[in-house]
Amino acid sequence: MSARLSSRQVGEVMVVDVSGRITLGEGSSNLREGIRELLAEGKRSILLNLGEVSYIDSSGIGELVAAFTSVANQQGQLKLLHLTKRVKDLLQITKLYTVFDIYDDEAHAIRSF
Amino acid sequence: MADNPAGETVQADIFLDSTLESADAAEQLAVKVAAETGFAEEEVHRLGMAVRESVVNAVVHGNRYNARKKVHLTVAANQDRLSVTVVDEGQGFDLSALPDPVAAEHLLEQSGRGIFLMRAFVDELDIRRLAPSGTQVKLVKYRRKMVV
Repeated sequence: MSARLSSRQVGEVMVVDVSGRITLGEGSSNLREGIRELLAEGKRSILLNLGEVSYIDSSGIGELVAAFTSVANQQGQLKLLHLTKRVKDLLQITKLYTVFDIYDDEAHAIRSF
Repeated sequence: MADNPAGETVQADIFLDSTLESADAAEQLAVKVAAETGFAEEEVHRLGMAVRESVVNAVVHGNRYNARKKVHLTVAANQDRLSVTVVDEGQGFDLSALPDPVAAEHLLEQSGRGIFLMRAFVDELDIRRLAPSGTQVKLVKYRRKMVV
C-alpha cells in the first residue's frame, strides 16, 4: 500500500498522519503533493506523524528531505513524530537523524513549534 | 535446481520489465527466498530493501524505463549465504564519481542514497560495468552463525 496522508489542525500546527509505504512512485509523490498543498494553503508548521509508515526506501528518504527543505525555504518548520525502529535506523544510517527535529510524544512536539 | 559456479543453488533466474513494479517483484522474491532459507526477520527486511534499491537503479538509471530492455535477476543460496545479482542493459556509470551522501555538503540532497543503503544492508556489494553495455550488481548476505 503506497503512502496515505490525512491532515488535522492542532492549534497552529498541521499534523499529517502518514501511513503505508513511502517508496519511489506513488508513495513518494503522495507525500510531495501533500506537503505542496499545505504550503500553498499557507501552513508553515508541519508535524509529520510517521507512526504508521511500514516501509520507506531511499526515494522516500529523499522526499522527507525535500519536504524539510521546502518548508524551511518558506520560513516554516517540518518536524517528525513517532518514527518506527526501521525508519529511525534509516535516518541514523544516512546521518539525517540529527537534521530532523524528532519527537515521540505528540503534545510535546506541538509545543515545540 | 542447478548449482552455479559459486556452489550456490539457483533459486530464481528471471528477466523483469523495466518498470517500478519490477522492484516490488524482485524485493518480494528475495524476501521469500531469504525467509525460506532461514534468515532472521530483520536480515530478510534489509536484504529485500537492498534488492529493491538495486532494481530501482537498474530500471530508472540503467534501462531508463526502456520497454525493450530487461533487468536480469538471479537469486542463489547455499548453506553460508544468499546472493542476488541484478543486471541491466544501460550505459553503465562511474562508481567513483558518485558523491558521498552522508558528507555534510550532500546531506540535504534529495537523491543519491541508493547504493549507500545497499552497501549498509548487505555483507558484500560488487558493482561492475559489463561489456559492451550494462551494469551488474551482486549483493551477498551471509548467514549469521549461532554462537553456542
